[in-house]
Amino acid sequence: MAEERKHTTVSIPLPLYRKIKERIEGTGFTSVSDYVTYVLREVLASLEEDQKEEVFSEEEEEKVKERLRALGYLD
Amino acid sequence: MVNRPHGGRLINRTLSQKTTQRVMDEIKEYGRMDIKEVNAVDVGSIADGTYSPLTGFMTSDELGSVLSKMRLPDDVPWTIPVVLDVNRELMDFDEGETIILYYNGEPLARMHVDELFSFDRKEYARSVFGTNDEAHPGVKRVMELENTLVGGEVEMMGELPNPYKDYTLTPMETRVLFKERGWKTIVAFQTRNVSHVGHEFLQKTAATFVDGLFINPVIGKKKAGDFKDEVILKTYDELIRNYYPKAMTHMSILRYEMKYAGPKEAIHHAIMRKNFGCTHIIIGRDHAGVGNYYGPFDAQEIFKEFPDLGMEPMAFQAFYYCHRCGNIVNSKICDHDRQFHDSLSGTKMREMIRTGEVPEPYHMRKEVFEVIRSFDKPFLE
Repeated sequence: MAEERKHTTVSIPLPLYRKIKERIEGTGFTSVSDYVTYVLREVLASLEEDQKEEVFSEEEEEKVKERLRALGYLD
Repeated sequence: MVNRPHGGRLINRTLSQKTTQRVMDEIKEYGRMDIKEVNAVDVGSIADGTYSPLTGFMTSDELGSVLSKMRLPDDVPWTIPVVLDVNRELMDFDEGETIILYYNGEPLARMHVDELFSFDRKEYARSVFGTNDEAHPGVKRVMELENTLVGGEVEMMGELPNPYKDYTLTPMETRVLFKERGWKTIVAFQTRNVSHVGHEFLQKTAATFVDGLFINPVIGKKKAGDFKDEVILKTYDELIRNYYPKAMTHMSILRYEMKYAGPKEAIHHAIMRKNFGCTHIIIGRDHAGVGNYYGPFDAQEIFKEFPDLGMEPMAFQAFYYCHRCGNIVNSKICDHDRQFHDSLSGTKMREMIRTGEVPEPYHMRKEVFEVIRSFDKPFLE
């Protein structure tokens, strides 16, 4: 269960790097990489949030509705 | 539309009737493994999508990633291992084989054995529970695991014995229900106790800000002295019938064995409820904690580490009755001295029931108390 190093390097402009470094001082973030990872995860999650789609087919939905009606949860 | 499943896809690992029949016809050709209740319940949660995006028991790569990073190898947040242990000396199958998992002597699932691997129990316990102290019930269970873990995908072919079928909805079923009711934002309330008035205020305060309230009691192995599952369900039935807005409340159960992993388990609880379609989860004081292993608000703080979780915690402090306010309040909205506070913990509530003391109306609804009193033995022995 040894932790594998599964990271890669991404280049960002140096002034941006310095700004982030300054910004994370005194916060819980221990490195610019940690901060960038956090922000990217947040951005990707919000993009995925906009891509909601049904996770079941109409046929599956009808079958489920039958059971929900039988249990009295749906009219 | 309700929340998207964790990892983007709602997993269904249930074999069709036709395939199940074919497997049953050839069942003697497969290796056999008898599993414990906790594993059988995990199989059910993998199969019906409660554990989406998991499709089986964790491999060493997945376990290592969860323990060291609190994420699956593809970066999806995941904090609690889902593992299947076996005694290597007693097993009669090997990597690469497909076996049948039996529960209570009945075939429950087909499993492809991707990997058999050893693991470090202490590292596992320290990573999940933050301690190696065997007085912690979760650590104790990890220390009792067999010496080998079996990783691989499962496909459910049988049904778990379930005395509460009518109270059980799968994630797909809750998703359809929420959709039909027009709920887009849904707050989940996790509980393993009968409700006192503090809980009710907690739920109703949270529900004020969303479309629906999903009360989701955990049913399964508990400690002696805890309320029986049946008592918890009947009291909630009565409470909802008398005091909750029906159009925005739903209760169904979660079959699950508590790990008492505090903050990490709070994330796991959120993931399961996300798969049921919820967008929010109520996280109270010392959520999923035990003893003094975790700080009272650790389980609320940990959510800040997961900007991509896709679940919003609704963090509350404990509710109590304040004699000066003359109302149910919490410390954020009441700064009267503690001498005026009248709090009701689960422990205190159980003690009152045992001694026959009738709770005050601001402790417990009379309907709830009457249900408890209707049981000769409301507690597990």
